Amino acid sequence: MDWLTNFPAMDLERLTAIKRAIDESFRSFTRAYGDVFEALFEPLKSFMIAAEKFMTGAPWPVTLGLILLLAWLASRNWRIVVGAAAALLLIGYLGMWDDTMKTIAMIIVATITSIIIGIPIGIIASRFRRVRLVLSPVLDVMQTMPSFVYLIPVVMLLGIGKVPGLIAVVIYAVPPVIRLTDLGIRLVDAETLEAADAFGSSPWQRLVNVQLPLALPTIMAGVNQTIMMALSMVVVASMIGVQGLGQPVLRAINSQYFTLGMFNGFAIVGIAIIFDRVSQAFGRRLQKHREVAHG
Amino acid sequence: MAEPADNIHGASIRLAGVYKIFGPRHLDFIEQVHRGMTKEELLEHNHVLGLSNINLDIPAGIIQVIMGLSGSGKSTLIRHINRLIEPSSGVVAVNGIDIMQMSPVELRDFRRNMTAMVFQKFALLPHWTVLDNASYGLKLRGVAKAERQDVAMRWIERVGLKGFENKFPNQLSGGMQQRVGLARALANDAPVLLMDEAFSALDPLIRVDMQTVLLDIQKEIRKTIVFITHDLDEALRLGDRIAILRDGKVVQKGTAQDIVLKPADDYVANFVKEVNRSRVLLVENIMQPLEAAAAPAGLPRLPARLLLDEAVRRLTGIGASEGLAVDEDGRPLGRVTLSDIVQAMVTPVDCPPEVAGMAAPATERAAAGA
Ligand SMILES: Nc1ncnc2c1ncn2[C@@H]1O[C@H](COP(=O)(O)OP(=O)(O)OP(=O)(O)O)[C@@H](O)[C@H]1O
Ligand SMILES: [Mg+2]
Repeated sequence: MDWLTNFPAMDLERLTAIKRAIDESFRSFTRAYGDVFEALFEPLKSFMIAAEKFMTGAPWPVTLGLILLLAWLASRNWRIVVGAAAALLLIGYLGMWDDTMKTIAMIIVATITSIIIGIPIGIIASRFRRVRLVLSPVLDVMQTMPSFVYLIPVVMLLGIGKVPGLIAVVIYAVPPVIRLTDLGIRLVDAETLEAADAFGSSPWQRLVNVQLPLALPTIMAGVNQTIMMALSMVVVASMIGVQGLGQPVLRAINSQYFTLGMFNGFAIVGIAIIFDRVSQAFGRRLQKHREVAHG
Repeated sequence: MAEPADNIHGASIRLAGVYKIFGPRHLDFIEQVHRGMTKEELLEHNHVLGLSNINLDIPAGIIQVIMGLSGSGKSTLIRHINRLIEPSSGVVAVNGIDIMQMSPVELRDFRRNMTAMVFQKFALLPHWTVLDNASYGLKLRGVAKAERQDVAMRWIERVGLKGFENKFPNQLSGGMQQRVGLARALANDAPVLLMDEAFSALDPLIRVDMQTVLLDIQKEIRKTIVFITHDLDEALRLGDRIAILRDGKVVQKGTAQDIVLKPADDYVANFVKEVNRSRVLLVENIMQPLEAAAAPAGLPRLPARLLLDEAVRRLTGIGASEGLAVDEDGRPLGRVTLSDIVQAMVTPVDCPPEVAGMAAPATERAAAGA
């Protein structure tokens, strides 16, 4: 009756052998191709370094002014700009300016990378049903798999540093852009598409004149979610060497510095709210022409 | 109408044996539908019979009107002409060329250069201004910006939207949006114009205006226009030929006079019962042909192709009770009396009883008008 109380698991030795074999082959794979992958991600690395250098290198009034200018251009809303200014000044006054700028740089790079990867994949998924069928469970895995798990192979391949951290963030944050690009394109009004066809659009003209512009508000909702998810990864990313607000939080956990953790936590919340309000206001502005003027 | 003209710019359109079944396995059912499976039987298999054995020859340069109740397949039919919908079986040919044989690139060129379409629900691009929408077809053709905006501007003015060219579609009323769709199609100057209830959202005055615009264009350059409408008066005013659809089948096709004088069945009779017959029928439709060659002297002359309401106006204007119908060269063809005309204006009694009964108010109106 032993098999009823103890689950009849695989023979322990054999199981260990299998795991070891897989680990070994992956390890040799990383030894053989680690350099190749590192070279592959070189552009991402320089992008990240440049963004960080810019955000922390420039005098703080310049950076602050630039952030506020961008917020204004995107939202055209004074209240959002004033709120952002107040939050950033307070963060700076509490001594977290540099870390905040590093985090903002990371979020910007991760978001841009997600958009560059996500929108084309979303377009392809909207076009081919089969791609969508395969993609959907993959995206589910990417969002639900604990990030520490896929950090292991990433770290094995690329070591500790900015790039593996960024990759982890992008893996976690890219699904909403893909999903909502796909959805937005498929929700485009069928008769408007027929009009594009009836006047002789090529597939490309159809995409840029009709599908993408009409899907844009939905895509923007995806980008907004992506930004929020990237921010929620700040602490995890800091564990493998991404600098910014995550590292003080880690230190606070290890040494039980309650206030340090709180301050940095609220700084993350603060920039999350700024990003959220600005990107949502931008999304609404994109839809302005849809508002019905009469009635 | 049928007489040849040298300003024909349009293309001939031919639909032969066109069937359309909607559904994922439409080709599996086509055999059975050819052998006579009905729409209801097909529906049990969750497939919809959109069109059934459509045979329609539209010569170049005419306005072909298509009528029918909601769901009778009008939009489905018109979408076959530019292959927005592909037939389950049958041939669609424009200028003798089978459009089903075209490659994607050929089809694109065909749509860019040969056809333009006005959509029932407008289908404008919401993020583009009226001007950009109206120049859309020309943009796809690769016409330079200045030139296409010039052309589009002319048509925006012609449909009465001058001053609105920088608005977005959603800032306009439904009728105005529909006219943007019209300008977009007309700016393309294509030989084939497909108009799916193109005037349905317009108020009566603008509607008549737009009909006039269309007829004026037809006088200058004769396109082939396929025009869907629910409005019989519009059909009769515009249509050189009319086809009536029911449940995806053509139940009658012919001239306005054919349809009004000899409705093929109750369905058609129901369609035409409310029509003002004096604006449809011509003197030649009701004249008594002359016996021998003797032309009675002294009768006022009326062109044989004159509408009855105009004939009444002329006869009563000079106090005559009888007229002589003559052809274009002035040769006498027959005679008509005022009482013949009045009789022709009221719905004939050999109509099905319920039709004749329901048409009574129209009869009164026609009699009072005379
Ligand atoms: N894509 C489709 N899939 C399934 N059925 C369809 C499809 N398109 C049209 N039908 C069906 O085909 C029939 C004809 O539709 P169609 O749109 O051509 O009608 P219509 O004559 O244009 O009507 P209306 O006057 O309301 O515009 C309807 O029964 C409709 O439900
Ligand atoms: Mg329709």
